Amino acid sequence: MAIAIRKFDAVIVGAGGAGMRAALQLAEAGFKVAVVSKVFPTRSHTVAAQGGIGAALGNMGEDSWLWHMYDTIKGSDYLGDQDAIEFMCRMAPQVVLELEHFGMPFDRNDNGTVYQRPFGGHSQNFGERPVQRSCCAADRTGHAMLHTLYQRNVRANTHFFVEWMALDLVRDAAGHVLGVTALEMETGEIYLMQARATLFATGGAGRIFAASTNAFINTGDGLGMAARAGIPLEDMEFWQFHPTGVAGAGVLITEGVRGEGGYLLNRNGERFMERYAPTMKDLASRDVVSRAMATEIKEGRGCGPEADHVLLKLDHLGVEVVEKRLPGIREIARKFANVDPVKQPIPVVPTAHYQMGGIPTNYHGEVVAPRSGNPEAVVPGFYAAGECACASVHGANRLGTNSLTDLLVFGKASGERMAQFLRENPEHRDLPSDAADRTLMRLDRLESQRNGESVHQVGADMRRTMQAHCGVFRFPDLLVEGVRKILEIAERAQRTEIKDHSKVFNTARTEALELDNLIEVARATMISAEARKESRGAHDREDFAKRDDENWLKHTLWFKDDDRLEYKPVHLKPLTAATFEPKVRTY
Amino acid sequence: MSEVDRIRWHCRRGLLELDIVLARFLDRHLDDLDRIEREAFKSLLMHSDNDLWDMISGRAEPPPEGVEAGVLELLRNV
Repeated sequence: MAIAIRKFDAVIVGAGGAGMRAALQLAEAGFKVAVVSKVFPTRSHTVAAQGGIGAALGNMGEDSWLWHMYDTIKGSDYLGDQDAIEFMCRMAPQVVLELEHFGMPFDRNDNGTVYQRPFGGHSQNFGERPVQRSCCAADRTGHAMLHTLYQRNVRANTHFFVEWMALDLVRDAAGHVLGVTALEMETGEIYLMQARATLFATGGAGRIFAASTNAFINTGDGLGMAARAGIPLEDMEFWQFHPTGVAGAGVLITEGVRGEGGYLLNRNGERFMERYAPTMKDLASRDVVSRAMATEIKEGRGCGPEADHVLLKLDHLGVEVVEKRLPGIREIARKFANVDPVKQPIPVVPTAHYQMGGIPTNYHGEVVAPRSGNPEAVVPGFYAAGECACASVHGANRLGTNSLTDLLVFGKASGERMAQFLRENPEHRDLPSDAADRTLMRLDRLESQRNGESVHQVGADMRRTMQAHCGVFRFPDLLVEGVRKILEIAERAQRTEIKDHSKVFNTARTEALELDNLIEVARATMISAEARKESRGAHDREDFAKRDDENWLKHTLWFKDDDRLEYKPVHLKPLTAATFEPKVRTY
Repeated sequence: MSEVDRIRWHCRRGLLELDIVLARFLDRHLDDLDRIEREAFKSLLMHSDNDLWDMISGRAEPPPEGVEAGVLELLRNV
């Protein structure tokens, strides 16, 4: 079957902050850029970012990129690559000021400079005292960023392909990346989007977990496409969790609830935090609370028919305190947990929030993979930025506000690098005759499958398995069993069947194709987590409670082929600064 | 049928809160909307995520009027 080909200089998959920042760099340099997005650009998940952009502008007191770098490396539990982190922290003030010039409505000081908020983990002088480093636009920073970048891209003549889903990476025999195949949802037609340079900016894959703060679109499409094309995924065992999301929904309940006197109960009505943290109790740090919750659930003291959550009690605070000091909580609990928290406790569970791992890149946004003894050989023509990429600036744990810093800095850097590559490679390479075969076979299999598996059921089993076996606190027996289960579910995912075969906006087909991507991320996460025999940052194991720099100061690489794992060294040498040697992490 | 499918996809948003509320609305109310109400729902979906969420959670000023207000009331109570 022949499919239509559309030719561009560059194709970008994903229209969140990273994709649009890169597109802008290329379009303003005069290149013909296509941006492919499942949803309208301003409905990308970047819209959910409220925390702000970390950048050492020094508008609120003395600050330096070196201090920001220290905070980021310490936050990463020393797994972050120090060259990439130095690059990000040095570039951060510049990309924030550029965004301001693009028209971003930042909050301001009286003297007209960008106002900066305090945020946990950011410090002056290497941990000495807190510093205000987060640049915001009220509580709508992500929203304002998307609108600003979208307007600017329209002006620069970026070609948007909205409600298109990229399906597979196209590579030739030499491994060069030549674009993607994509589905136009409105017609059901498949196209080959040919490009000399291709960037993935598809965001995270938080939907692999039953409890996730991520929007439904966050299905790891870029990671699935990369894995199917032979590219490894890096450090996928590291996921940031929030202790209190509404069970079954994922919407967050602010930690302020416990600050105001709310506390957690298990199925016996016991205030269990008293056992885990006798002094701080429910106000212990996030990881301590999450770990205690996971232990109660694992040991059968969870609540509800599935014993899969605990309860957050605040009815003793009284209506007045709840309404006055915790605005919005009552409504969130009613809407998403179907309880009135001034009368009944809220069912909560540790909830996945951010993916630290992803497609391996260097600090130019170039995708790197092992080849002929070099663990980081550049994959020609292929780039990744934002949450789908692993540069790695977040290492084992992301510092708050660095997600937006990451997507601006590496969106721009990859756009610049792509522009350079396009100038050096003015001709499109020939497309191989089998360029679209993987996609066409996948679609053909899905259309012709009979007596297959339900997409809904396989997806639900995957999410439940990830949550129970590879959640915020990890137990060796559950991990081993989890690997067996997830491989079984992955087998079932190859036999999914859809009943609706229509062409136009066929959401059943889209969801089946999304599951193909999610399942790769789930496998990578489970297998990488089972193998890493230490606790570091967000990877927290019951049996190996400490960080082990002697054996595990290294990045994981998972390959889809045979679920093989390889490891590569952490870049401990920054670009110009002195190395920050691994130390015990205390706050 | 294709119009319903298109509306379903337009309920995929950047904010999880909206994904959940809109999915419930589709299940419970979409089939019962008359043509005018369906148009009103479609025009509500054109709002940006934060604005739509503010409307659903009652923080938007001024709130919409007419048929949109009726559909919004359904959305607020799903």
